[in-house]
Amino acid sequence: MTDRAQVSTVQPSVRGWSGRIFSTACLLSAWFGIVVLVVLLGGVIWQASGWLNGHFLSSFDSWHPEQAGILAGLWGSLWLVGLTALISIPIGVGAALYLEEFAGDNRLTRLIQLNLANLAGVPSIVYGILGLTAFVRIFGMFHGQPQVLVVPLFVADLRIPLPFGRTVIAGALTLSLLILPVIIVAAQEALRAIPGSIRHASLALGASRWQTVRHQVLPPALPGILTGVILSVSRAIGETAPLVMIGALTYVAFTPGDITRPADIVNNPQGVLHAPFDTFTALPLQIFNWVSRPQPEYQHVAAAGILVLLIVLLTLNSTAIVLRHRFQNRHRW
Amino acid sequence: MSTAEPIEFDDRPVTSTDSWSPVKRISLSRVKEQLIVSSLFLCALVSVVTTVGIIFALLNESVISVDGDPAFFQQVSLREFFTDTQWTPQFADRHFGVVPLLAGTFLIAAIAAAIGLPIGLAGAIYSSEYASPRTRNILKPLLEILAGIPTVVYGYFALVFVTPYLLRPIFEDMLGFEVDVFNAASAGIVVGIMILPMVSSLSADALGAVPRGLREAAYALGATKFDVSAKVVLPAASSGIVASFLLAISRAVGETMAVTIAAGQTPAITFNPFRSVETMTAYVVNVSLGDTPAGTIEYKSLYAVALTLFCITLAMNWISQMVLRRYREVYQ
Repeated sequence: MTDRAQVSTVQPSVRGWSGRIFSTACLLSAWFGIVVLVVLLGGVIWQASGWLNGHFLSSFDSWHPEQAGILAGLWGSLWLVGLTALISIPIGVGAALYLEEFAGDNRLTRLIQLNLANLAGVPSIVYGILGLTAFVRIFGMFHGQPQVLVVPLFVADLRIPLPFGRTVIAGALTLSLLILPVIIVAAQEALRAIPGSIRHASLALGASRWQTVRHQVLPPALPGILTGVILSVSRAIGETAPLVMIGALTYVAFTPGDITRPADIVNNPQGVLHAPFDTFTALPLQIFNWVSRPQPEYQHVAAAGILVLLIVLLTLNSTAIVLRHRFQNRHRW
Repeated sequence: MSTAEPIEFDDRPVTSTDSWSPVKRISLSRVKEQLIVSSLFLCALVSVVTTVGIIFALLNESVISVDGDPAFFQQVSLREFFTDTQWTPQFADRHFGVVPLLAGTFLIAAIAAAIGLPIGLAGAIYSSEYASPRTRNILKPLLEILAGIPTVVYGYFALVFVTPYLLRPIFEDMLGFEVDVFNAASAGIVVGIMILPMVSSLSADALGAVPRGLREAAYALGATKFDVSAKVVLPAASSGIVASFLLAISRAVGETMAVTIAAGQTPAITFNPFRSVETMTAYVVNVSLGDTPAGTIEYKSLYAVALTLFCITLAMNWISQMVLRRYREVYQ
């Protein structure tokens, strides 16, 4: 380093100093975000200490801070994210497969690609307005006369309210559209990482295009797709603004379909069928509600709720990171 | 994207005389294949339908009238919307000037940019030019965790930690400013932290795309590491960095929950960051949380504000993509 500096016409010490200041500033900036993360987590844990307990996890919201709990939000988020995953993953991966493996390089394909890039930049609150119009009211097609579509299944009846109203299914559809561009782009990247020679070899052996995709391209791309999918779905868990827009209730003292324990899923089939069409609250909504209340005790309740939300998110994120790390170099061609 | 053309057996006429013909079997599997491809195509089409849906939902009530009711822009002229300096939909003396909401939005976006952009870029330079691969492998997942924290948590952080433990002690107790409970500065700071991982990872990608030869040539000419990073690599990656900046600012403009919680509900044209302001997103949330009946002009104003927000973020994303496209041409 020093012998290089001597060649320069500038004073070596000046160059050394400015370089050192620059590199230190860069180093500090790189770790700044991590320090903030630690402060944020530490602060939330400090505020939540003593408030996150068994009672908090097993009771409903209350107007008394000591009795408030997160049960409704927990089950609401569970239903919401489960349905969102069911809807968005097949569509997202299907779209990525089409765009990467089947689509020709024509105007329509370019339009879809451009559109995806634009959709990813649309603020989440705008998706909330879309959800309100398209799913909560279904474009006003029922003109204020709600109907119930009854589908008899052999264990129980499936009752679908039309329009959907402020239900879990309306929320899940909205969140699905929100995370779809992210899932598609992530899946496309995973598919792009598979070398073309694999496809050529498969086609040369007489496999059809779909057989090639199904048996040669999809299996090695799956871990990458899965990582992207988990990260997008975990984004859906924390989304608040679209749910506020579709008018999900913020004071809710019941769980969707009255399923409060895992055992109820087996014991109460009518409840399971009813849950997607029930009104709901979700973890981030519940937190937003508590943060907005004036009593200072609710700041602790909110911190406890945040801790629950962050634990769920960190579990999902670390699963995704471990998956990626583990499968990164498994396939070598 | 596979560049290979599929080998088409079945289009070739079967000329041999034997009775066994593969044509029928293959055409059956061809139907199945076509069905699969069509359903995948429908999946891809969902994104286009979403865009159409978004545009329709936003134009509804703001430009297109619903159920014979006049739409927002049929009652309020564009001129009034963009030039009036008061936003008072709840008062008896109603004004629908979007400027205070725009001012609040851009005040917070500016504070966020002042924090997020330089720190994010410097962090990207560190991880791309200075850090060892091992450090990079630690930094990257941690930044991803920071990026994954929900915005409602940042709002809580601004309200419960940033204002009472950072802004009040420094600016109120030491420097004598008056700091409101809800203020633009705390919201701007947390939004800046929120966009930091995005700036950092996109800029690092841009820096990483600079050819190695440029760095080596600079070192060969006697440049120090600082010269190479700041005077060679940084300018070469500038368009990618500018694109990442624009995307980050667009995200800050569209950010909702943190500003709703921390910045307050006072539409005001002010440059004082310690005052309460209202952003476009916060207005939309507050109207939808209140008991505003559908059909009133106050309710319709929600759609007009959301449409404005959508246009602004879309324009910024477009400019960002344009800058990026130029950047690609440089190295091809």
